[in-house]
Amino acid sequence: MILGLIEHDRGMLNEMSLEMLTFGRDLANRLNLPLEAVLIGEGANALAEGLQAYGVSKVHLVQHPRLDDYAPEAWAQSVVELIESEKPQAVMASGTDRGNEVLAYVGARTNLPMAANCTEVEPGDPYTVTRVRWGGSLLEEAHLTGEPKLLTVAPFMIPVEEGEAAGELVLNTVTPALDDKDFRVRVVERVKSTGDTVSLTDARVVVGGGRGVGSSEGFESLDELAALLEGAVGCSRAVTNQGWRPHADQIGQTGARIAPDLYIACGISGAIQHTVGCKGAKQILVINADPEAPILSKAGYAVIGDLHEVVPVLNAEIKKLKNQ
Amino acid sequence: MNVLVCVKRVPSTGAKIVLTENQREIETRYLGFTVSPHEECAVEEAVRLVEARGGASVVLTLGPEVAVEQLRDSMALGIDRAILLETDGSEWDSMATAAAIVEAVRAQHDAGTDFDVLLFGNEAADTGGYQAPIRVAHALNLPCVSGIKSLEIKDGAAIAKREGPGGWEVFEVSLPAVFTVKEGINLPRYPSLPGRLKAKKKPVDRIEPQRNGGKLKMVKLMNPKEEVSQADVLGEGPGAAPKIVEILKEMGVV
Repeated sequence: MILGLIEHDRGMLNEMSLEMLTFGRDLANRLNLPLEAVLIGEGANALAEGLQAYGVSKVHLVQHPRLDDYAPEAWAQSVVELIESEKPQAVMASGTDRGNEVLAYVGARTNLPMAANCTEVEPGDPYTVTRVRWGGSLLEEAHLTGEPKLLTVAPFMIPVEEGEAAGELVLNTVTPALDDKDFRVRVVERVKSTGDTVSLTDARVVVGGGRGVGSSEGFESLDELAALLEGAVGCSRAVTNQGWRPHADQIGQTGARIAPDLYIACGISGAIQHTVGCKGAKQILVINADPEAPILSKAGYAVIGDLHEVVPVLNAEIKKLKNQ
Repeated sequence: MNVLVCVKRVPSTGAKIVLTENQREIETRYLGFTVSPHEECAVEEAVRLVEARGGASVVLTLGPEVAVEQLRDSMALGIDRAILLETDGSEWDSMATAAAIVEAVRAQHDAGTDFDVLLFGNEAADTGGYQAPIRVAHALNLPCVSGIKSLEIKDGAAIAKREGPGGWEVFEVSLPAVFTVKEGINLPRYPSLPGRLKAKKKPVDRIEPQRNGGKLKMVKLMNPKEEVSQADVLGEGPGAAPKIVEILKEMGVV
């Protein structure tokens, strides 16, 4: 069977897990093997039923009194015990912070290789996987050995599709043997993000600024545009390196991955480290003085001009419209 | 407090990555080299920890002889000494890399240096394996907190924060411990001229590591299929603003 680790935060499903299940179901179908899932912690039990619609025939419910919050080593040990008892051919998770972290621990504990952020898999021995490098600007074809094969699925690459499993959903409750060491790394406290502004990753519209903005004051018109469109402001790495905006606003390989309906990129040339972060945008509008800027090849619309001249006029036009 | 920081030499890529003809490497003839962005912050964090509490900071890399350049860059920022695990420049997978780092840490212990904090970048910019630090932590039986953007040391323990669903997740672990750092934990300093001069004289230990691994084997590299779009140019300068508003209306965002 193929085993998928479902990621959740105290019972809240991470939607990336559905991408992983879509990917896993495709592999399971080609191998004529069942797709099974693992849910760690009692708080996640309620999620089990919903997984059948994605092709899961059996869910392993890992219960332990201390599994009330995320603890990477305890999660990994739970998966390791399932590997021993259920002998899956492959174990997969989402290529998220937590998914990569847990599978890396599984790899360390079983002394098996792990392929992070795969976009394709061709079964066999070894598996041939395609995985992302450079945050998605380059792909690698690689051979993955091991029994079982350990891999994570690159986020935002697999469109979620349902595909119901036949028969009754089987639930298997297990209690792993976990010790203090498995809980030495665990969340001891949570601090809510402050502010009531729209977050970059949730915003429908993102206004991005690059080196061309020129200063932190230069972002004023961008802030205004974002406010008018009820969106969020982001920026390129060049901007955070200059200290014009906080790192939390950075979009790209080492910052946020955004997926808005519209991304308005102002004064951004379009280095790959930035564009991999806005791949998820449905539409890109570029405002740039340089008609040769690489970002134009990613955009649906472009205005050639100095953002400091264009954006204030645009803001005035939008205000006019809103006042009508 | 002794701090080890591990870095990786990677090319500074621009708007497009060009591959060599055999599709096994990036064409780097016209590129400069750097360390992964997360690691720049890890180096800065190591320098700050030792500035605040004394002790020694050590930078380590696994790579070809030319990777000494990145070790010197780190030492120019204030790191005290360096370890080069010298390879022929071919790619090592995460398991082999982790095993070599573990051996080096053990050798440092035998030579009288124990590290309280071991810092890595969250992932290497090029290969993005997301696992070498965790494998190192496991082999050394140390706790590891990944992807941190804040680190505080207090009475032999560390409080580390990372971004989680809806806010910050706080972790507390006892030292020694491994941490993987994300960009944003600090704003790295620039090297000073005296720093650069001092770095030239700082010691670099050279070790030829054993290679154990190769279980995840790269076959070839490929450029992803790019959806190159021909942007519809709405106009030049502020005169294009009304046209932008039309587009915004069409999309229903205004």
